[in-house]
Amino acid sequence: MTMNNQGRPTAPGTIEANELPTISGDRGLDHEEGLIFELGRKGMTGVDVPDVQMSETRLGGQRRKGPIGLPGLSEPEVVRHYVRLSRQNYAIDAGLYPLGSCTMKHNPRLNEKMARLPGFGDLHPLAPQSTTQGALELISDLMKWLTTLTGMPAVAMSPKAGAHGELCGLLAIRAAIEARGEKRPRILVPESAHGTNPATAAFAGFVVDEVPGTKDGHVDVAALKAKLGPDVCAIMLTNPNTCGLFEPDIIEMADAVHAAGAYFYCDGANFNAIAGRVRPGDLGIDAMHINLHKTFSTPHGGGGPGAGPVVLSERLAPYAPLPLLVHDAKGFRYVEDHADVPKGAAPFGRMCAFHGQMGMFTRALSYMLSHGRDGVRQASEDAVLSANYILASLKDVMSAPFGDGPCMHEALFDDSFLDGTGVTTLDFAKAMIDEGYHPMTMYFPLVVHGAMLIEPTESESKESIDRFIHVLRTMALEAKAGKRERFEGAPRLAPRHRLDETAAARKPILRWKPKDLPQAAE
Amino acid sequence: MSETRYTDQHEWVQLDGGNATVGITKFAAEQLGDVVFVEVPDVGRKVNAGGEAAVVESVKAASEVYAPVGGEVTQGNAALADDPAKVNADPEGDGWFFKLKGVDAAEFGKLMTKAQYDEFVKGL
Amino acid sequence: MRYHPLTADDRAAMLKKIGAPNIDALFRDVPKSAVVPLSAFDLTDTKGELEVDRLMSRMAAKNTAAGNVPFFCGAGAYKHHVPSAVDHLIQRSEFLTSYTPYQPEIAQGTLQYMFEFQTQVALLTGMEVANASLYDGSTATAEAVLMAQRVTRRPKAILSGGLHPHYSETVETVAGLSGKVVRAPVTPGSGEDIASMIDSETACVVVQSPDVFGMIRDLKPIAEAAHAKGALLIAVVTEVMSLGLLEPPGHQGADIVACEGQSIGNGLNFGGPYVGLFATREKFLRQMPGRLCGETVDATGKRGYVLTLSTREQHIRRDKATSNICTNSGLCCLAFTIHLSLLGEEGLTRLARVNHATASKLADKLSKVSGVSLVTSSFFNEFTIKLPKPAASVVDALAAKNIVAGVPMSRLLPHDESARDLLIVAATETCTDEDCDAFAKALAEVLS
Repeated sequence: MTMNNQGRPTAPGTIEANELPTISGDRGLDHEEGLIFELGRKGMTGVDVPDVQMSETRLGGQRRKGPIGLPGLSEPEVVRHYVRLSRQNYAIDAGLYPLGSCTMKHNPRLNEKMARLPGFGDLHPLAPQSTTQGALELISDLMKWLTTLTGMPAVAMSPKAGAHGELCGLLAIRAAIEARGEKRPRILVPESAHGTNPATAAFAGFVVDEVPGTKDGHVDVAALKAKLGPDVCAIMLTNPNTCGLFEPDIIEMADAVHAAGAYFYCDGANFNAIAGRVRPGDLGIDAMHINLHKTFSTPHGGGGPGAGPVVLSERLAPYAPLPLLVHDAKGFRYVEDHADVPKGAAPFGRMCAFHGQMGMFTRALSYMLSHGRDGVRQASEDAVLSANYILASLKDVMSAPFGDGPCMHEALFDDSFLDGTGVTTLDFAKAMIDEGYHPMTMYFPLVVHGAMLIEPTESESKESIDRFIHVLRTMALEAKAGKRERFEGAPRLAPRHRLDETAAARKPILRWKPKDLPQAAE
Repeated sequence: MSETRYTDQHEWVQLDGGNATVGITKFAAEQLGDVVFVEVPDVGRKVNAGGEAAVVESVKAASEVYAPVGGEVTQGNAALADDPAKVNADPEGDGWFFKLKGVDAAEFGKLMTKAQYDEFVKGL
Repeated sequence: MRYHPLTADDRAAMLKKIGAPNIDALFRDVPKSAVVPLSAFDLTDTKGELEVDRLMSRMAAKNTAAGNVPFFCGAGAYKHHVPSAVDHLIQRSEFLTSYTPYQPEIAQGTLQYMFEFQTQVALLTGMEVANASLYDGSTATAEAVLMAQRVTRRPKAILSGGLHPHYSETVETVAGLSGKVVRAPVTPGSGEDIASMIDSETACVVVQSPDVFGMIRDLKPIAEAAHAKGALLIAVVTEVMSLGLLEPPGHQGADIVACEGQSIGNGLNFGGPYVGLFATREKFLRQMPGRLCGETVDATGKRGYVLTLSTREQHIRRDKATSNICTNSGLCCLAFTIHLSLLGEEGLTRLARVNHATASKLADKLSKVSGVSLVTSSFFNEFTIKLPKPAASVVDALAAKNIVAGVPMSRLLPHDESARDLLIVAATETCTDEDCDAFAKALAEVLS
């Protein structure tokens, strides 16, 4: 079987809750909260909608026969329910999120105000284009910021997230290769790549060939060159890479890739390290997605929404997907059909309905206008400075596999400093929760054992970083001194103790079920 | 007279005449963690030595299980659908994955003995 | 810069600890040729809030907000009233600025609303299990086709002519890579014979109801025809509010349902972010893309929620994942869940009836205008009318009169002659009688 060393305990065993029980089951400001289905009552509603007369003659005989089964709650109950749920969440507004590769920076509230201006928020994507010129102008301005910061001539705006952007970039590459009349089914991906890279490559119909890394945490350039050939369509690289390091030989790699007739895709998840200082276009990159929800501060929202526009080189620009934003004497407009595209354009298709995540565009532009080019550069410098400060302050007590030189915006540690302590990366991370921190990215990248990837971002004050360093130092020293109480059974102070993920996977319960569930028709 | 041999991919195969039973080793099961799902091959499927035959999943990982020897699948362990925990409880017994017929004894003979496998695991 | 807490003294102290003389030393691995000065970027410098607000407000003012005029656009995105409480709740820090719930102990808020969302979607669609969202209805449809290809191990997808053209194109772009995508001819309002196109190579038939013209479709016979040949029925719903009044796809034999959830909780937002709903049968669970939230218990026995069945996903399965999706629609799901919680059974069903009644009244008014005929005999809140001249020019003329009259079909099918005179009109609870009268009156003027 393909051996993996990612197995780790996922059923926590039992712990005695040794606190004085309350009568209500709640504890001070910590309120237990059931499901809306358990709280609702028939006939209740939190909106005032009139009960109108309606003829059924135009429903094609398709009127719903039975109840849907939704619970009814008043507005005060709904508000209280979701407020209580919110209080069980950690958030960047509340504390540091040292999540490597996620860029958990501050989400400016001006962005929220701008996105909600009725002229942006209350606009239909297919409204007559004469009535949406300001929105198209905004998108055009954002495109200018993205192309200028990256030094690339074109950008495809429609991808809805980073992974979607990766797919867009690979489909453009595929179209370019097909236009040359070639077949290049193989794609090179470093073994340190984020999972979306090989997943996207397979999605786009390519066969993934992994490129090993060196012991310095870089891509093995010689191995890469050896793998190039007339059947290789592209490499997919992250730069800075997932170990937090800038690839020093990136231009050499780009040259080799291009000489072999292939393309260079760059995963832009780590753009926060270099924005305003380095232009991916100058490094030979052909396509790069930018995570607006990372580098450009649009909020993570508990898992989304994001946006992943893709900057494209001269070679790939013709293949950008529909729709295409055109600006001429008549104003701005979207060209939405293959037959109407400007000369030379050959879109590979369409990534999704309409034209992209406008809500994230307004927020990102608000961020860019606020920062300016000087602010963007400062953000990158502070992000890199803070990560190096953490690396320098912890590498003597924790183990940093590539700690001899500087890192970029994130610092990578592995679990060798915990050897023999009986404490794992998982235990270490869960103990951080009791200290009031969200754990860092754990067990990624896969190229080191028990990885801990820390990215502070530029939004943290020095006081905040010093406190974080102090806590981690103390934890590391305690673990090494054999003091395990803090780690065993952690977290103990969060709304929940460790959860049984094994049971959740063996017997999945993915919805609440009413007792008299009408069965889906066979 | 049955004999059990092992692969460097951490599968075990017990051969009895031309019939074999295949599973993953205790070492592999421990590395995986709690097994939550097993996908066994359909009856009648023909597999080659080294070909993908089954999938085993824990919460955090999914692994392919390869056929240690070639043959035709005669049975998949249906009990694992309801109780994948058997793989952790008894990986080299009750937690077997599938059975084959038409197995080549020479192919079997190329695999590691228990002693060789134990040595191999020590070196990992 | 107001968002950067480090001071010059902080930076100096940090450099000292690191042992670097300056910040450039930390960028030493960047090739010399790629080091650029700030002046290389032709962009503006830092601006304060007031200035940014002014700049962006000026751009916003150039647009016609839907709420300011009689407004009738649909075709995949719908203007509905979202109660004030929704926007307040989704802006709570703990929802807005939290991360994906990979550390469940401190993310039960997110996980519990995901569980509620999954349940709501399953109930609305009449299906057994739903995921925690995809990006939108169009990509959900593409993912459904890919899933059907995996489940049936067949290559062909047949797309109804009533499927939104943007959705069809998205499916062709993405699912065309691994199989064959065939589009049935577009037949607005009249019967489509899609069953006869199904053969032994068919993985799935994709049918939208109400379709892009607004026509309500009977999915049962199509489901039967598909199943008879071993194919799956994928039902697409672009106006999720219709599920408050109509028989859900799950009760008509659909195997996978892909929906656009924007109508509930999420504004028009000029095309995004929206929220893709995805539901299927339990037997296909392990082939389903996207995140899933499951119920479990913690070490003290308390009920809690976790992301589960992650082995389907990219971060574990990598090149064998069911999809490459990572970030989904998070906060948009929350908005959906909160809005639907406020509506409840009573509110949603009433609201759906108001929508149909409003659209029905408007359809009558517009049909009375000379030269206008109603193409769709059955509909929810959106219908298609045939005009005596190209619909796009009529819409532009009405826009000049400050009426946003709907989506001309030629916007979606610009080179299809049969689409030229068709106008897709949506009327929701946000359309007043005055709006509808103004529309009918102006239409009559423009057509005379």
